[in-house]
Amino acid sequence: MNKVVANVDEAIRDVFDGATIMIGGFGLCGMPENLIRALVRKGTKNLRTISNNVGVDGVGNGLLLAAGQIVHHIGTYVGENRLLEEMVLKGTIRLDLVPQGTFSERIRAGGAGIPAFYTPTGVGTMVAEGKETREFEGRTYVMERGLTADFAFVKAWKGDREGNLVYRKTARNFNPMMATAAKITIAEVEHLVEVGELDGDAIHTPSIYVKRILQGELYERRIERRTVRKVTS
Amino acid sequence: MGKPGKDVDKRERIVRRIARELRDGFYVNLGIGMPTLIANHVPAGMEVTLQSENGMLGIGPYPVEGTEDPDLINAGKETVSEMPGTSYFSSADSFAMIRGGHIDLSVLGAMEVDETGSLANWMIPGKMVKGMGGAMDLVASARRVVVAMEHTTREGAPKILKQCTLPLTGVSVVDTIATEMAYIRVTRDGLVLEEIAPGLTAEDVQRATEARLIVSPVLKVMES
Repeated sequence: MNKVVANVDEAIRDVFDGATIMIGGFGLCGMPENLIRALVRKGTKNLRTISNNVGVDGVGNGLLLAAGQIVHHIGTYVGENRLLEEMVLKGTIRLDLVPQGTFSERIRAGGAGIPAFYTPTGVGTMVAEGKETREFEGRTYVMERGLTADFAFVKAWKGDREGNLVYRKTARNFNPMMATAAKITIAEVEHLVEVGELDGDAIHTPSIYVKRILQGELYERRIERRTVRKVTS
Repeated sequence: MGKPGKDVDKRERIVRRIARELRDGFYVNLGIGMPTLIANHVPAGMEVTLQSENGMLGIGPYPVEGTEDPDLINAGKETVSEMPGTSYFSSADSFAMIRGGHIDLSVLGAMEVDETGSLANWMIPGKMVKGMGGAMDLVASARRVVVAMEHTTREGAPKILKQCTLPLTGVSVVDTIATEMAYIRVTRDGLVLEEIAPGLTAEDVQRATEARLIVSPVLKVMES
């Protein structure tokens, strides 16, 4: 089945005010930058975003934040985003911070039909407050709930017309779980290929999870912290 | 009290002390900032594999200028390189690795540590909202947790307390605290001062520490 959409605006045509959207990426690495830019253009409001970070000021999810499109964010680390920190301290946005392992497992569980699970992470801390705990073999665990969304925006390196995806290096991060956990998963890829071109043994996200796929128009592939060494002779 | 020394020297001492805890074959997760520097001090001939919670096993040094790759970063979002044998995986797989107890050693910074081995490093209510990232998972499940931090705040206030005052990252999870002043082991009886920096006395370290320190009968001097 050909899932290719003509352009990025067409891909997000039905994203509605108040939607919950998972957005892949670890910081700016592996984020669906074309879909994010299209969502800013569309101006959809009252969004609930589920993403590890909120980009950095003025880049990636930071664009959605600056445009006032996000009312509630669920993530793990927002240290790169001054604007968000200000909004949280002023109380103009709701922010739920989740430990990163719990965050990724909640999404994985959501996509795998698991409504809840127990984890040792965060027991005795603020994140476990008000949650059910249970002892297994002498250790205390806290119950965490699976997470799902209306839409998932993911970015892959290569994808075929049926929606099979291959990620590259650490740009994989949250993209594979998010692809499984939304009603409508939209994938943008750097290289759109014909069916049969990808090695079936090397596919990270099988096509069943992907509803729409598109060739990304522009990849800035911004680096957050460029750290290098000099060649030593 | 001995000379406090420059920040760079302090960090260098902390980093080198922790590097001595590395063992051949260890899989290690190094936190953002000072802990990252430990990678530069792996003893020659020892094989240590660095895990990065954003989905990589086998971090190499910073890339040679001009070869940096936006798809290849560490958990501090810095560009890195890969070692031969590197593998990449999703964040869910990465934390399965961490939560499953497969990481031998986790080193991370802290704003406060207390005498029960609890630590705080992710937020200051009303002041700083950063988030815990992967720290809560790492401290809950790594086989050994080492805190690398300066002994006191910039204002000279103790960071090693009877009880943490900030929101916790983990409860009774720290095994060892390494600072520029001391190397301290968390035990059931409390904090045992095992090593002190050259030129300091146990009393000097105690004065900079709110929690009571139990001085080891075999107190050693840290290598300078």
